[in-house]
Amino acid sequence: MLSRLKQMIEKMGKSAVDSIESAGRLAVFLGYTLSRLWLFRFPLQEVIKHLQFIGARTVPLILVSGLFTGMVIALQFYDTLIRFGSVELLGAAVAMSLIRELGPVMAALMVIARVGSATCAEIGIMRNEQQFDALDCMAIDSYHYVILPRLIAGIISVPLLTAMFDVFGIGGGYVVGVLIHGVSEGAYLIGMADTIVWNDVWMGIVKSTIFGLLILWICMAKGFFLHIEQKFSGAEGVSNATTQAVVLSALLMLFVDYIVSSLML
Amino acid sequence: MTSVTQDIIEVKNLVSHYGERQILRNVDFSVKKGEIRVIMGGSGSGKSTLLNHMLALLKPTSGSIKIDQLNILTANRKELSKLRQKMGVAFQGGALFSSMTVGENIKLPLKHHTELDDNTIDIMTRLKLELMNLAGFENLMPSELSGGMLKRAGLARAVIMDPKLLFFDEPSAGLDPVTAVELDELILKLRDAMNMTIVVVTHELESAFKIADKITVLFDGEVVMTGTVDEIKQSSDERIQNLINRRPRNDVVDAEQYIQRLTAGQN
Repeated sequence: MLSRLKQMIEKMGKSAVDSIESAGRLAVFLGYTLSRLWLFRFPLQEVIKHLQFIGARTVPLILVSGLFTGMVIALQFYDTLIRFGSVELLGAAVAMSLIRELGPVMAALMVIARVGSATCAEIGIMRNEQQFDALDCMAIDSYHYVILPRLIAGIISVPLLTAMFDVFGIGGGYVVGVLIHGVSEGAYLIGMADTIVWNDVWMGIVKSTIFGLLILWICMAKGFFLHIEQKFSGAEGVSNATTQAVVLSALLMLFVDYIVSSLML
Repeated sequence: MTSVTQDIIEVKNLVSHYGERQILRNVDFSVKKGEIRVIMGGSGSGKSTLLNHMLALLKPTSGSIKIDQLNILTANRKELSKLRQKMGVAFQGGALFSSMTVGENIKLPLKHHTELDDNTIDIMTRLKLELMNLAGFENLMPSELSGGMLKRAGLARAVIMDPKLLFFDEPSAGLDPVTAVELDELILKLRDAMNMTIVVVTHELESAFKIADKITVLFDGEVVMTGTVDEIKQSSDERIQNLINRRPRNDVVDAEQYIQRLTAGQN
């Protein structure tokens, strides 16, 4: 019994130490990556290449998810507002919830699902196949050549994807509110324009920029340190690292969302 | 062979651990300029760890490693980067970037470290591909190449900067005999044509005996012997003879330790 208790305490202690170590590694990883901004020239070509993968190729997913999210919020708000006789507020309610909250969060979740998991797996396989060792041996800085361009592309792409998500969400709300349920077009559009202030837009931009950094940072670091953090380095290691990266980045994103909202409201 | 005088690699008292487990025990050896040195040993002998130390990819527990007069364990980032531009490394699986074509992979060091124009870089890339019998493959992706081709493409990238020193990890592992012999010939050609010092890590005896000027035999993290092919073949050391004649190890089992291993974690 006593030895079981001892084993349990040892296990808890070890997992606490591992978590602290992992958090430290994440911080060092980000520090190293950002330091490359002034240590080396700006990797413009690489950034453009990754903007295509992270940004352009995520657009269809963002458009479809934005459209349906807008449609379902409009439906929910319509059902609520009609009970109080205030359907003219529909446009404002849809736009406000999308621009401030749902747009950044949902777009970030889509980016985690499509880009975060793929990036973590790609970096993890690069680690497994000694590609980072090869870069070191060629005197090519891995942080500058592989990590920094993806991070910058993430920081640029996610706010733009969020903006597209918002526009298509508002469009989806228009389809449900105006075209299906007959809410006045003027009330929908003018109500929205009258209610949304610069601070709401700014909140969306701040959140999505932080989310872009957070997603790429966590997902790349989990793949990069696969050889240290995972018990197995093969396919199972990549699979575990990808799962951890997706879960951790989604949870941290929601946590940061709350912090930013509470600071800006 | 070129006249050999100066040591290009000096490893002294190298000790290395993975966690609690000791991998290398006071490893000492040196490699002269223009030499082909084979580091040979069975699985778990520590040869890959030794290679990683010489490439400055791992930090040892103690000891020193000098490459071209530079102590790589105390060198700063700039010094190490300068040295690495004079070194080439061909990895076991090629370690090519899967998102780039073979040609783009081979060009990468030139694009990063030289101001050469694209046409010159293209010509140099094709030259190296010709040397490796890979002419016409530059636009293929690594996933479209066979194991032997991947190794040769990795070798082409390793020598694109015309390095003074080339490291080659397991050149013949996993290859059919004909491809393995072709790679051996290529290594000899590189030494003769480009006057490189080449360090090959392998457990393939046939390949080692064919290409080596000297062989360093590792066993259980220790250097058992360094000598010419004939010296190694004539060695009276049982461990070397076991390796050469492919005899299994006859480790004496300690009964008490054996029981302890079996019952570990049981109460």
